[in-house]
Amino acid sequence: MSTVRLLVGTRKGGFVLTADAKRQDWDVQGPFFAGWEIYHMIGSPVDPDRIYASQTSGWFGQVLQRSDDGGQTWTAVGNDFTYHGDVGEHLWYDGSKRPWEFTRIWHLEPSLHDAGTVYAGAQDAALFRSTDGAESWEELTGLRQHSTAASWQPGAGGLCLHTIVLSSGQPARIVVAISAAGVLRSDDGGQTWRPANRGLLSGGVLPDPDAEVGHCVHKIAMHPTTPDVLFMQKHWDVMRSDDGGDTWREVSGNLPSDFGFAIAVNSQEPETVYVVPITSDSQHFPPEGKLRVYRSRTGGDEWEPLTRGLPQAHCYVDVLRDAMSVDGMSPCGVYFGTTGGQVYASADGGDNWVAAVRDLPAVLSVEAQTLP
Amino acid sequence: MTPDAAVTPATSPVRVRLPAPLRELAQVAREITVEVPGDVTQRSVLDALERSHPALAGTTRDRASARRRAFIRFYVGEEDLSNASPDEPLPPGVAAGREPFVVIGAMAGG
Repeated sequence: MSTVRLLVGTRKGGFVLTADAKRQDWDVQGPFFAGWEIYHMIGSPVDPDRIYASQTSGWFGQVLQRSDDGGQTWTAVGNDFTYHGDVGEHLWYDGSKRPWEFTRIWHLEPSLHDAGTVYAGAQDAALFRSTDGAESWEELTGLRQHSTAASWQPGAGGLCLHTIVLSSGQPARIVVAISAAGVLRSDDGGQTWRPANRGLLSGGVLPDPDAEVGHCVHKIAMHPTTPDVLFMQKHWDVMRSDDGGDTWREVSGNLPSDFGFAIAVNSQEPETVYVVPITSDSQHFPPEGKLRVYRSRTGGDEWEPLTRGLPQAHCYVDVLRDAMSVDGMSPCGVYFGTTGGQVYASADGGDNWVAAVRDLPAVLSVEAQTLP
Repeated sequence: MTPDAAVTPATSPVRVRLPAPLRELAQVAREITVEVPGDVTQRSVLDALERSHPALAGTTRDRASARRRAFIRFYVGEEDLSNASPDEPLPPGVAAGREPFVVIGAMAGG
């Protein structure tokens, strides 16, 4: 019988939650790396017991951890994220120039085909790759040295590369998102890149509606059977691309707010999408104090609120960009964590929710693994 | 004896005291001893520390610039050496093993 494992990164450590196929009762282990910020924990799709964790601290910098036994034991591996070649400059908030400076790894993305290969998205924005299980890292410099890079400007959380989508259709295709540069795509394994922001509207933020870069993309999700279809939660607007990011169109439809961070696609239904609307960029909590996941079964435009089991009054938590995930079971399990420390789980595609755990530190990331 | 064989680098056993997060990371006790070749300076002590405990690489100083991290402090006794040159010799008591080189995570966060 299958089991589900949730890898939960929080402001003060990592946690591993497990449940049987019913996904109702959750065993909680942790905190691992207590006191450290765990920006992201994720398992290899090739070897689910190989788990990578980004462990960071304002005091002690960046550490990378790897487990080869499903999170029981951990080893500190390579943390040398040195920018190669000319470091260059990007724009700071006030428009002045500022040299690239490494702060942390926001997101890890293991290869779909090789348990030893993993990508890491950095602040300041850069993409690193390891082919030896995170023991050593090499920057894919073509991204940071892109011709537009000098005009990239940080979002409120910094100039961070927070999204890495490895195409299940084209092995050499990588899509990344950077706040607040936007989407860039490589079709040659990360050697060369081009912006993929056509159709993104950033009215009120960017005066030029056709700006090549400068878009505040929050997260991108893809279903593995439809690799050309990408769903995006942007700073404002939920967007969809049917051509791998060449062009985008808005599918916010009837959402109560089209601001938010997280987005996920149902593992069994490629046109079923989940978002958690957040009031606005200055009010990082759900509209009306009601925590609602919105589901579209039409690939966007038409959305329904999912509320059963979620607090519908006085709820002022946020759901961050990496804090939503789905499992591979049928019906699909959907999971998200909040800045209030709750991890909510639905075993039926979002119809009903239970709190798998309630009082963790603020949740930064949730990744679901389906184990045989 | 060839001239090369006669050059045996002298090392000093230096006591290093670590803050709790780094002790847990390196899985060591509060105080450890590292063998420091040549002059005993901040740089040579931290180099030796990172050689013997690779998990600590980059945790007290930036990997690229080797600058001390902003919220890290270095003390010997009551003396704050955080802003001293990394190549300045540390007080003789450190090389003699009488007192530890202390790494502190600064109080911050309100």
